[in-house]
Amino acid sequence: MFESLGNLIAFQLLRLGPESHLGAAVQFFVMDLTKIFALLVIVIYVMGLLRAMLSPERVRAFVRGRPDWQARGMAVTLGAVTPFCSCSSVPLFIGFVEAGIPLGVTFSFLIASPMINEVAAVILVGVLGWKLAALYVLAGLLVAWFGGIAMQAFHPERWVEDYVWKIRMGETGAIETDRSLLGRHRYALGEVREIVGRIWIWVLIGIAVGALFHGFVPADWVTTHLGGDDWYSVPLAVLLGVPLYSNATGIIPVAEAMLTKGVAIGTTLALMMSVAALSLPEMLILRKVIRWPALALFAGVLAVAFTLVGWTFNLIA
Amino acid sequence: MKTFKVLGGGCRNCEVTADLISQAAKEAGVEIQLDKVTDMAEILGHGVMSTPGVVLDGKVVHAGGIPGPDQVREWVKG
Repeated sequence: MFESLGNLIAFQLLRLGPESHLGAAVQFFVMDLTKIFALLVIVIYVMGLLRAMLSPERVRAFVRGRPDWQARGMAVTLGAVTPFCSCSSVPLFIGFVEAGIPLGVTFSFLIASPMINEVAAVILVGVLGWKLAALYVLAGLLVAWFGGIAMQAFHPERWVEDYVWKIRMGETGAIETDRSLLGRHRYALGEVREIVGRIWIWVLIGIAVGALFHGFVPADWVTTHLGGDDWYSVPLAVLLGVPLYSNATGIIPVAEAMLTKGVAIGTTLALMMSVAALSLPEMLILRKVIRWPALALFAGVLAVAFTLVGWTFNLIA
Repeated sequence: MKTFKVLGGGCRNCEVTADLISQAAKEAGVEIQLDKVTDMAEILGHGVMSTPGVVLDGKVVHAGGIPGPDQVREWVKG
């Protein structure tokens, strides 16, 4: 449906040739723009209706004092299913520390949160198919799980700012929520407005980049420079992703364009993860609670993990 | 007079939340006191980890996102 809409606008309305660069780019842009935004609205609305009340306050209460693997499982799940405003990472971090939850578990959460969310997962299924979506989510969960364990091995406690240890968290009563159908509908609409309002620009940029890549970058060039089995293409993709920042949803159209041009799957996954999870703004926010050595280590552990994921998937494929 | 506190580290969503509340108060013609709390110790002191949060007369009434306009109107007049 979205493909034929793209064809209609690019080839019939604008009379561009399907073989021309511009025609291919416009067709891709229209197709992805309509498809991704339609999916975004539907997914966020349905999630809002279900209103998964897995709040971090609840998870914190549940996790404290549990064995590491249980705590880590909950932390990764929470990170994966709930989208947070990135400014929440500081109070979340402090709240976890205050509950005596190991730092490695908290890092697992911080890795999972930007990289995986249910909205990105559904859009991945819609754009790239369920196999790739499952691979991405699985790889993300693995990186979050083992990345947190790797961080713990370096005893990051020594780099936590002193004031963090002194904060005492208060108890709060349950917040009343409107559970009627109308209340849920209103909440869901609010969620659509809020989340789409926050991420649309990243998605639009991603679609534009994907469309340009699709229309103007020749497939031969890609296979020569990015598609080969050269070992360095994966770490290169990870490095490229560091200065680039986008929302996990915004990077999907770029990945789509790369895959259709023959970029290796592991290389594409590595770039996606790097763009979504390794970002300077996020690091600067975390600087409020941990010092530079821990941040550098965090970035290093993630870069190594993404590279390993990329190599593994390139080998399997 | 009702006192509101918006809990949050100063991100855009926190600003939007504070604006919503003062706007609703103005529309209802109600005098309120509105403080923006950015101090982490105080935010967590209220038991809130997901910001923005809203405290009305010392009680946490909302956490983890921008509140709905209807909700805000309830708080202001209620």
